[in-house]
Amino acid sequence: MVTVLFYIFASIAVVASLGVVVARNPVGSLLFMTVALFSISGTFVLMEAHFLAAIQVIVYAGAIMVLFLFVIMLLNLGHDLGQDLRWGLYSVVAAAVVGGMGGLLALQFGGAVGATATAGAAQIQAALAEHGAVGAIARPLYTTYVVPFEITGILLLVAIVGAVVLAKRHVS
Amino acid sequence: MTHEALVLSATLFVIGTFGVLVRRNAIIMFLCIELQLNAVNVAFVAFSNVFGIDGQIFVFFVMTVAAAEAAVGLAIIISIFRHYETVDVGRFNLLKW
Repeated sequence: MVTVLFYIFASIAVVASLGVVVARNPVGSLLFMTVALFSISGTFVLMEAHFLAAIQVIVYAGAIMVLFLFVIMLLNLGHDLGQDLRWGLYSVVAAAVVGGMGGLLALQFGGAVGATATAGAAQIQAALAEHGAVGAIARPLYTTYVVPFEITGILLLVAIVGAVVLAKRHVS
Repeated sequence: MTHEALVLSATLFVIGTFGVLVRRNAIIMFLCIELQLNAVNVAFVAFSNVFGIDGQIFVFFVMTVAAAEAAVGLAIIISIFRHYETVDVGRFNLLKW
């Protein structure tokens, strides 16, 4: 059951991300991306990452995609997209690069099944049973990883200030 | 399940790379970079089923960095659009020779 659901979510994610690349309208591209994010969130649920699945929907699909949509509509980019895809020699080079990369990854992952879910899955199940979906993430985040967490806060502050300064209309 | 998730991650990453290389619209290129970040997140979650919960913590950090990157990047795109009246990356040729 879980595996079947995983395959369904994975195929939706792959098809939707192909749609992101080939959609002519940026808004359509964005909606495909939202579908892809939702189905990736579904795969997170199946892999015992419940809190991350919720965060994926709230932060990515809810906040970041709305930000993209806001910018697309602000810049009025819904039409005049004649020359958006690169063709000719450039697309051949891009296909070669992507083919090489995909081939290497297939060589890496396509062979024998390497790591199987054993120790980590047991640890996560224990943490989920003891602390709940949020506590399982929050405990290591606020103990072992507290310094990176604080640095992340500073990064967000810098990003906010930078975005305001960059996007502000300069009054001369 | 771990193996399938890694294959899904590789597929999404390759599609994202292709999008970055092939599109000219700066916003769609950003969207494809977000897709690549998501592919890496899938790999992190898959490996967290093998090595413990640390992978999920890293996904948390990756999401934060992605949010910051999206805010600053879109601000840069708006700023560029004010100068050039377009978001076609082929037109930004000030540093090209």
